[in-house]
Amino acid sequence: MSQQEIDQLVDQDYKYGFVTDIESDTLPPGLNEDVIREISTRKGEPEWLLEWRLEAYAKWLEMTPPEWAHLDYPPIDFQAISYFSAPKKQGDGPKSLDEVDPALIETYNKLGIPLEEQKMLAGVAVDAVFDSVSVVTTFKEKLHEAGVVFCPLSEAVHSHPELVKKFLGSVVPQNDNYYGALNSAVFSDGSFVYIPKGVRCPMELSTYFRINQQNTGQFERTLIVAEEGSYVSYLEGCTAPQRDENQLHAAVVELVAESDAEIKYSTVQNWFAGDDEGKGGIYNFVTKRGECRGDRAKISWTQLETGSAITWKYPSCVLKGADSVGEFYSVAVAGKKQQADTGTKMVHIGPRTRSTIISKGISTARGQNAYRGLVKVLPGAVDVRNFTQCDSLLIGDQCGAHTFPYVEAQEPSAHLEHEATTSKVSDDQLFYLRTRGMSEEDALNMVVNGFCKEVFQKLPMEFAVEAEALLGITLEGAVG
Amino acid sequence: MLSIRNLHARVIEKPVLKGINLEIGTGEIHAIMGPNGSGKSTLASVLAGRDDYEVTDGEVIYMGQNLLDLEPEERAWAGMFLSFQYPVEIPGVKNIYLLKAAVNAIREHRGLPELKASEFLKLVREKLKVMQMDEAFLHRNVNEGFSGGEKKRNEILQMQLLEPTLALLDETDSGLDVDALRVVGEGINQMRSPERSVLLVTHYQRLLDIVKPDFVHVLAHGEIKLSGDHTLAEKLEREGYEGIEAA
Repeated sequence: MSQQEIDQLVDQDYKYGFVTDIESDTLPPGLNEDVIREISTRKGEPEWLLEWRLEAYAKWLEMTPPEWAHLDYPPIDFQAISYFSAPKKQGDGPKSLDEVDPALIETYNKLGIPLEEQKMLAGVAVDAVFDSVSVVTTFKEKLHEAGVVFCPLSEAVHSHPELVKKFLGSVVPQNDNYYGALNSAVFSDGSFVYIPKGVRCPMELSTYFRINQQNTGQFERTLIVAEEGSYVSYLEGCTAPQRDENQLHAAVVELVAESDAEIKYSTVQNWFAGDDEGKGGIYNFVTKRGECRGDRAKISWTQLETGSAITWKYPSCVLKGADSVGEFYSVAVAGKKQQADTGTKMVHIGPRTRSTIISKGISTARGQNAYRGLVKVLPGAVDVRNFTQCDSLLIGDQCGAHTFPYVEAQEPSAHLEHEATTSKVSDDQLFYLRTRGMSEEDALNMVVNGFCKEVFQKLPMEFAVEAEALLGITLEGAVG
Repeated sequence: MLSIRNLHARVIEKPVLKGINLEIGTGEIHAIMGPNGSGKSTLASVLAGRDDYEVTDGEVIYMGQNLLDLEPEERAWAGMFLSFQYPVEIPGVKNIYLLKAAVNAIREHRGLPELKASEFLKLVREKLKVMQMDEAFLHRNVNEGFSGGEKKRNEILQMQLLEPTLALLDETDSGLDVDALRVVGEGINQMRSPERSVLLVTHYQRLLDIVKPDFVHVLAHGEIKLSGDHTLAEKLEREGYEGIEAA
């Protein structure tokens, strides 16, 4: 199956997927204060949160969309978007996997996704009692015993209001940027994670997440707090193509790491990329930031971005605590007519803070891939170290790779290193591997996976394998 | 096993092979010698399926099949192997990963089951010993940072693992010191069998002292000018290519 076929398939789902009862579940398009009040009411939110949303909305109105990115798209009509959709009910989707397009199932099988998960991803109505439910229950008990809070943000607003109030917007303020402000005004849902002092989260939250994929909506908001000396690994997204009806996605993710705490946040993003001419596809405008508030705290972002028509995303670390560590490992693929402008910001505030940036950009077909990164060292942040490596790989001759590294060092003791390479998958490499019996596509996959290895090694084990498979599917048809 | 008839090939409009005729029987070792630029490496590349070259005339029959119709990987599946003059680096890909993928790709097309990790490791350790290579080789990236000699040993290691029916060895002796030359030569000798044919492309005679060919051909200006047995190589070593080129 070619990439085009997969995309067509995802596209079909995108158009003909769930049948939603529009009158009762979805607000009409448009954005104003009343819409925000309505969202808050429907979600049964406390007054303070409504006020917070309204504040953000007022700030958003004063702001203008960013234009500095290496991206080209028509202006978005924010009044044409509907800002509230009730979570999907079971029974809306196909009745069984037999009703799902066999090509989609084939993709799932290629990725090695278990049957029950396939049903969930394809939107098949599942019985209340299937195996995974009991697994989820077991997970919940385990997390509860450890004192870990892991629930939808909308639930945490009620169950842990003091925590949400304290941390929401504390890393990404309401007026941080245009899309962040929009998210603050209208966010739908997302995850809330709280790891108490000294607790090592007993499982990779990815494990849980995979079988408990929630419909978080297009304005996802996630908040993760790791108290002193705690550890958590969290994976969002999924390697499998998913249904999605919304073109604009504007998410905000905030991470807080106190002293000696570590947060590992991994993303696999495979949303609909649009067709070969760039029609359709998701606009993915994300604000992700983590703050190392305490000494020796560590935040690590790992991402594999293969989907979306447009990606605008800079997972960042604010390194306040002394000796704190920020890491960014990224593989971004731009094929078809996809555009990716992605990178990171490392802001060194505390002394002896360290950061590592490894960015791998792959461009194929007519894809445009830009790395944009900022390393900032504030006065007083002595003996800071940063290592940045941006590598670009080109497949074919109609694609593009761009690198925009910015450095603002206000401290002479800072030790900053930057390496950048651009290479093409060479015919020699492909020929060499083919004479060893590998098909042209397997040969390409091997070269590309080698290129990405440093990043894939940082993904949780089970996802590293899937990530390789996903990359293979994404690149099908890229040569020959 | 291999029958090359009137093969013409060019690269960017420039003719390089101008009517090669060559018969390689099963179990035979043929050496192609010749001065630089005579078309030796081009011949090996065309046979392995590199598409930088355009075949303008002639045909090549390999075990009853029209070789020129096959993709490079199909040739590998059919038992052909090319040892590269300049083995290619694949950054980030461990040698062991490539070796295992190659062995299993070819096994699959021979209708054999995939080797399990433990079986593969046993096999590869055996071959490493033959090639006097350290196990650390397996965990280095393919050809990355390898010395010239290490690259060539790695090529012959691959040949040992893939057990081809027809091996094309392109300047396998270049860049080797005396000890490495002996190891590589022995590695090739060990593969000699009544079922396997070898085409050795070389500039010098020294490899042929270790791997004794059944036939030696001299290529100059894209044509085979002279053929003989292994004594021809010795004669060339003494007298050089000049007399033949003029012929």
